[in-house]
Amino acid sequence: MDMKVAKKKLGLKERYSHMTRGLGWDTSYQSMDDVYPYAKYEGIKIHDWDKWEDPFRLTMDAYWKYQAEKEKKLYAIIDAYNQNNGHLSVTDARYLNTVKLFLTGVSPLEYMAHRGFAHAGRSFPGAGPRIACLMQSLDELRHAQTQVHAISNYNKHYNGFHEFRHMHDRVWYLSVPKSFFDDAVTAGPFEFMVAIGFSFEYVLTNLLFVPFVSGAAYNGDMGTMTFGFSAQSDEARHMTLGLEVIKFILEQDPDNLPIVQRWIDKWTWRGYRVLALVAMMQDYMLPKRTMSWKEAWEVYFEENGGALFKDLARYGIKMPECAKTIALEKDHLSHQTWGTFYNYGAAAAFHTWVPDEDEMNWLSAKYPSSFDKYYRPRLEYWREQAAQGNRFYNKTLPMLCTTCQIPMLFTEPGDPTKTCYRETTFKGEKYHFCSDHCKKIFDDEPEKYVQSWLPVHQIYQGNCFPEGTDPTAEGFDPLAAVLQYYHLEFGRDNLDFEGSEDQKNFDAWRGMATRNT
Amino acid sequence: MHIDLRTVTITPLRHTFDHVARRLGADKPASRYQEGTYDMQATANFHYRPTWDPDHEIFDASRSAIRMADWYTFKDPRQFYYGAYTMARARQQDTAESNFDFVESRGLAEAMSPELVRTVLDQLMPLRHVAWGANMNNASVCAYGYGTAFTQPCIFQAMDNLGIAQYLTRMGLLLGDQEALDAGRKAWLEDDRWQGLRRYVEDTFVLKDPFELFVAQNVALDGLMYPLVFETIVDDVFASQGGTAVAMLTQFMTEWSAETRKWLDATMKTAAAESDENRALLEEWTRKWRDRAAAALTPVATIALGAKADEVVGEVTEQFNKRLAKAGLAL
Amino acid sequence: MPNIMLVLQANEETRPIVEAVAEDNPHARVDHQPAMVKIDAEDRLAIRRESIEEKLGRPFDLQELHINLITLSGHIDETDDEFVLSWNN
Repeated sequence: MDMKVAKKKLGLKERYSHMTRGLGWDTSYQSMDDVYPYAKYEGIKIHDWDKWEDPFRLTMDAYWKYQAEKEKKLYAIIDAYNQNNGHLSVTDARYLNTVKLFLTGVSPLEYMAHRGFAHAGRSFPGAGPRIACLMQSLDELRHAQTQVHAISNYNKHYNGFHEFRHMHDRVWYLSVPKSFFDDAVTAGPFEFMVAIGFSFEYVLTNLLFVPFVSGAAYNGDMGTMTFGFSAQSDEARHMTLGLEVIKFILEQDPDNLPIVQRWIDKWTWRGYRVLALVAMMQDYMLPKRTMSWKEAWEVYFEENGGALFKDLARYGIKMPECAKTIALEKDHLSHQTWGTFYNYGAAAAFHTWVPDEDEMNWLSAKYPSSFDKYYRPRLEYWREQAAQGNRFYNKTLPMLCTTCQIPMLFTEPGDPTKTCYRETTFKGEKYHFCSDHCKKIFDDEPEKYVQSWLPVHQIYQGNCFPEGTDPTAEGFDPLAAVLQYYHLEFGRDNLDFEGSEDQKNFDAWRGMATRNT
Repeated sequence: MHIDLRTVTITPLRHTFDHVARRLGADKPASRYQEGTYDMQATANFHYRPTWDPDHEIFDASRSAIRMADWYTFKDPRQFYYGAYTMARARQQDTAESNFDFVESRGLAEAMSPELVRTVLDQLMPLRHVAWGANMNNASVCAYGYGTAFTQPCIFQAMDNLGIAQYLTRMGLLLGDQEALDAGRKAWLEDDRWQGLRRYVEDTFVLKDPFELFVAQNVALDGLMYPLVFETIVDDVFASQGGTAVAMLTQFMTEWSAETRKWLDATMKTAAAESDENRALLEEWTRKWRDRAAAALTPVATIALGAKADEVVGEVTEQFNKRLAKAGLAL
Repeated sequence: MPNIMLVLQANEETRPIVEAVAEDNPHARVDHQPAMVKIDAEDRLAIRRESIEEKLGRPFDLQELHINLITLSGHIDETDDEFVLSWNN
């Protein structure tokens, strides 16, 4: 061997620092303000981008290596699952409706996150956060695509999946998740990071993914379980970025605190409202239940989120006010939401049903203070009416909350017998809200929220009929026209699960596997 | 109870999603590239205008002067969706890793003359920052461009640019330690030979039209720089002076640039074929940025090529013109 | 004391990791759920490269954790040898 002195081996942190922040420079031929035009207008003060700590130190070569390994595994499982008609191994075809809700409501958001993080990644003058954002942008594209690919086989065999992209931009309840993400992306890059990186990824994402994915595992859906867990492995990186962003911003300048606190308050509530869909999925739509919405909230928000906010207290960050309201709602949220979808089952792209006796007993056990008293009698009445041939589908249009865009279905905090209404007047127009929190969000930025594309308003304005529709023609059926605009196939995508094509096909196909006919 | 589900033959209700079927013209099985790409970006009923760009919608084709009747006419010939992309890069990463190991374990770097090592580092280290600039620009095109078929490859490109900056960094650490990186950075910021190129990169940072930025960065600058630096200076000049090891350490860049050119050319061809207006605009942009890039790269190339820099840049430019003529652009 | 959480996919690759983490962190609680393993610990959880390598019988790069990670909570401090989750208070 030669006598050459071996080069000093750099540690992970040092090496990573050369691989990232050493690459950037302060521009001089163009001003930094022109190169990074969106870095200052939100009022966040950053004095030293180099104080940014990189939590995970993945260089691109390691990223490619590990991600490719995950992708290989994932697609091998998806292929095997599809080849073996894995869809027939799910507990019961009702389960598929959760997947429909996921593909139409969540997957398009993953795509939005991809573009949003590309924007944020381009916007920050600091090299560390920019790289973390761009890596996340790439990951989010992964999530959108693996979801579409994993669910593609369900689309081949069941209804409600076939127009997920078209529906996401149009269907009334999908404007809830869509407006949530549009709101985040149209905010400045710092607010976007607090909204998505911190509030959604760190505080709330476990509530979306862990119950949904373990729900898939409990219900025999290997495809969904696999993409879910595989996506979560990226989430761990994303959550850490979200937490780092908050710490970094708060450490940079005391003036940032009130801005960040307002954003955390706003986005915890915005995200929580979107999760109303997850709540009903957990409590009503999974044939084999994992944990109740209330339990999930307690584990993933109250316990883990509690530790987080306790930690952030040293920066002066407080637990968002809305947590109190959420605690009051946790016994009611899923029941009220499912009740609304049962009402509007004719206008939804998935099937609804009344839970069976066993399921009602599970709900009684999980919600001892609320289910038997308020919700069981209502469900039993609906079941009775349906049995007598009086299945009621609501054909009138509900009033929507201007901020979260959910129909005004929630009750007063502490009084589940009284619907909660709030309103505000802006430039002579009245706006309606489901809660104090949604009202406050509007009042803080009315110019933004008056722009909301509210599905009910849009229908009344005649903007949600197929081109060439004449609403004055004799026998005009507005619901039919709206469903056509949605590309929702009446009688296949909507209505009760009982008697649906999904139910019949699933039973017939399963029968073929077990009988010799 | 075990059910053998494989024995069931089922006629599917449909073969793909409806929006994909509309693009294919029929309900038939679609590829993962198609299902993962077509119409993935929202196009309708945006709720709010961006507070950072109130003149446009969140996704807005009018951010570019290029007009397309359908932005999904673009097709990446590599058919890269995330999975195909990462698996392709993981394979290249594996090769790069072996190359770095080989050079390191055989002491090939030490076998190079100190003069050559100095030239190599002088020539290549400031390019870390050029690749970083490319990363920023492709992030821009991805964020502000229109339609997944056009924007998706740009996030891949952005991350490849970062990967290249990091391979160059590893190479610098291998051949010359941290001082090599610092010296490269100093040259990038202060050395006269690099200032034209730095000005070029900084000027592209403020371009607002995503398609013009695409042309300035990926087509013009990288279209001249990679053939000049990696295919000519590294693979020919350095190799002939005993620097084959350098070519091994930059094999990723050479292969990558050949591969991405297929996508870039297909994109230019599709946009130019759409209309005479598009073609005229693309020709104007390409000429403008090509001339600036050639002028900026000439002094940089003198580091390895000395007086021959002019001539070599000229040759590379000629090749470039021929290449784009095939995409339908008269330069 | 605030809770630290680490959740991994349950498979052959993570079995030795979970074992190593459990041994290095006697205060941690390991909960095996369908398809995943949830590890909870008060305040601090350390994942050590050497312990995992002993179980695996081969070199292990802590970044390999990414492949099977589902979720975590706490601040992260990662070096070549150790991956530590903690709350600072």
